Amino acid sequence: MADATTKDPLLKVEELQAWYGESHILHGVGFEIGRGELVTLLGRNGVGKTTTLRSIMGIVGKRSGSVRFEGQETVGRPSNIIARLGIAYCPEERGIFSSLNVEENLMLPPAVKPGGMSVEEIYTLFPNLKERRRSQGTKLSGGEQQMLAIGRILRTGANLLMLDEPTEGLAPVIVQRIGEIIRQLKQRGFTILLVEQNFHFAATVADRHYVMEDGRVVDMIVAADVEKNVGKLQAYLGV
Amino acid sequence: MTSQRTLIAALLIVLALVAPLVAYPVFLMTALCFALFACAFNLLLGYAGLMSFGHAMFFGMGGYFFGYVVKTMGLAPEIGLLAGVGGAALLGLVTGALAIRRQGIYFAMITLAFAQMVYFICVQAPFTGGEDGLQGIPRRALLGGLLPIDSDRTLYYVVLVLFLFGFGLIYRVIHSPFGQVLKAIRDNEQRAVSLGYEADRYKLLAFVLSASLAGLAGSMKALVLQFATLTDVSAGVSGEVVLMALVGGLGTIFGPVIGAFIIVAMQNYLAFTGEFVLVIQGAIFVVIVMAFRKGLLGEFSDWWKRRRAG
Amino acid sequence: MLDIFSIPLPALFGQLLLGLINGAFYAMLSLGLAVIFGMLNVINFTHGAQYMLGAFAAWLLLTNLSIPFWASLVLAPLIVGLFGVLIERLLLKRIYHLDHLYGFLLTFGLSLVIEGLFQWKWGSSGAPYPSPIAGGYNLGFMFLPAYRGFVVLAALVVCLATWYGIERTRLGAYLRAATENPTLVQAFGINVPRLITLTYGLGVGLAALAGVLAAPIQQVSALMGTNLVLVVFAVVVIGGMGSIMGSIVTGFGLGLIEGFTKVVYPPASNTVIFVVMAIVLLVKPAGLFGQTK
Repeated sequence: MADATTKDPLLKVEELQAWYGESHILHGVGFEIGRGELVTLLGRNGVGKTTTLRSIMGIVGKRSGSVRFEGQETVGRPSNIIARLGIAYCPEERGIFSSLNVEENLMLPPAVKPGGMSVEEIYTLFPNLKERRRSQGTKLSGGEQQMLAIGRILRTGANLLMLDEPTEGLAPVIVQRIGEIIRQLKQRGFTILLVEQNFHFAATVADRHYVMEDGRVVDMIVAADVEKNVGKLQAYLGV
Repeated sequence: MTSQRTLIAALLIVLALVAPLVAYPVFLMTALCFALFACAFNLLLGYAGLMSFGHAMFFGMGGYFFGYVVKTMGLAPEIGLLAGVGGAALLGLVTGALAIRRQGIYFAMITLAFAQMVYFICVQAPFTGGEDGLQGIPRRALLGGLLPIDSDRTLYYVVLVLFLFGFGLIYRVIHSPFGQVLKAIRDNEQRAVSLGYEADRYKLLAFVLSASLAGLAGSMKALVLQFATLTDVSAGVSGEVVLMALVGGLGTIFGPVIGAFIIVAMQNYLAFTGEFVLVIQGAIFVVIVMAFRKGLLGEFSDWWKRRRAG
Repeated sequence: MLDIFSIPLPALFGQLLLGLINGAFYAMLSLGLAVIFGMLNVINFTHGAQYMLGAFAAWLLLTNLSIPFWASLVLAPLIVGLFGVLIERLLLKRIYHLDHLYGFLLTFGLSLVIEGLFQWKWGSSGAPYPSPIAGGYNLGFMFLPAYRGFVVLAALVVCLATWYGIERTRLGAYLRAATENPTLVQAFGINVPRLITLTYGLGVGLAALAGVLAAPIQQVSALMGTNLVLVVFAVVVIGGMGSIMGSIVTGFGLGLIEGFTKVVYPPASNTVIFVVMAIVLLVKPAGLFGQTK
């Protein structure tokens, strides 16, 4: 495993275990992300990628181990407090509220830190949202809903964005657009933890990749080494 | 296990036979009426997953039908009982067909609302005697005059037979294929439907059955106490029967019987406190929901299993 | 036109006004029930008892501390709302994970306790509450007692303010979003448990406010909310609990229908709402403004 650990990680996860009711999903996940990095979690279906994000956010049934954000321990704290530290979550199912219109959806997450993007900046990034800001949130197309789901967490000032499969089920041209946006967000200084099934997409944006199997992180590959590890990755991902 | 059950059943029957020697027959009869009522309610909630919060309409109307047939029309008590059962069944068919169009908590609210409607009708309708109710319903001899029931002790055995008939019917229903389908619908309605069962028909049939037995219980109460009043169609009684089943243990066969005896006894002994009985009943609701959701019998059998396992 | 029914106009309008007043209470109570159900998944059976508590609080404030009606209009809902907050924190909070029926049973039990205690202490006959606005207006076709006109207006304002608060403000957006997906809303940094407590307090406060408004019209008595809450359940089934405006319209509409029935066929006036419920269940089981889930 290549050593790419940073001196002062923004997020450091150690021995993270998580349960949904009786089922034990995570069996000691460990990884870390430096400030401004874009890191992906890769792995087959059901290895615990989404659960890892939800555990960091504090919205699983039960968890143990350690998740430090800017040096502060978050395990044992409720999710609203964790969010206030500066972590924002964009769920796989996007979580657009049908009883809220687009603008209300966008304005919903409260600002947690100074330095978030302004609404105008977000509308510049996603012009479609501005046009449809009075529409019911769930009336948008899949791609627009995804942009709304990303857009609304940019306003809050959170510096760690966790995106769960933002390209799932979207047309290639939209996937490309989302790739551009993610790169722009990285340039703006956001730290991003990305869960992806689509490795080709992940490879174009990420600095490093963590690979998960059976509720554990089993490998780490930096972007520069992806070429020579293609065979290994294919074995991990079963493609 | 089976022999143990037979033993317990035999013991209970002996107990029931000698009970009037040690307790007031009228108390026992009242408790048996409520026990049957609670079992009928429990058939619906415990085995079909439908919580009717308006079961007093069947219980109370059963009493009114019985009273009207026996007192006003001057017919035999047997016909009165049949009228009570039939009337309640018909009322159950109409309200049930409407109520099963919604599920869960709405079902409870709808049955409650219909019961309130029946209550308002009973306040105004001439045949119920309004605020006074039907008083002095005669205890005519049964079996065409062969069996006089003026004595409370004789009547007790009649009531016991009627109770055992109703209880046995419920027991048979729960253990029949029909009962199995009901449980399947309760646990997962969509799956039962996808297996080809017409869930609504089963639910309606269970509702009508439960209403009829509640009607029988109400008629029996009118037979015993010789009156039928507004109280028995009121929301308070609908709540009481829920409490009886809950105290004893929802979805257990004997639980509602135990619950009914406890609540009826409590009302008897605490009658002097007046409105305070309501406060105590309410407090029991709160305590059971917060801490003993399985009821006495459910908690006891859990404890017993743990003891055997440990 | 109304001559065919041979109904004198003043009687008709008098009953329609009464209907409107009842409708105002139905609207305020069903609104609170719907909002509470959305957030807590609990049908608050205690609603009728809390309406009674509002009226009682106003009456006790007046008779013991000489606090006038207008102050009670604010104080009583506040007191009863805080009591609701206590109930939520101590009891309801612990049963959200259970079937809806348990919340129904728990709040039913609570209403027995509350109403029983008041009946035990003050009996079931009512105490009068003096009307804060005397006099009235002769509208030509009928006489309008000033206070009754005020009740209808006040209820309308409260209902519309509630609608505005939920549909048009930021707090309301939190509320709507948390009704859909509380976990995600909390993961955005919003204290959802506190929002739930607040919602219950507000819903209960609304019931208490209706109680204060009702005090000068009805007698203040321990059981004044018992039958009312049952009618409100029917109103909620008819309207469906999905829409705030739906609750308001259904509440006022049913009050008017009830008033009209009182003129046309008095014996049916207290059952007509249940008949409407039966018809709605036949035609549109999800309720007039409800979505089928």
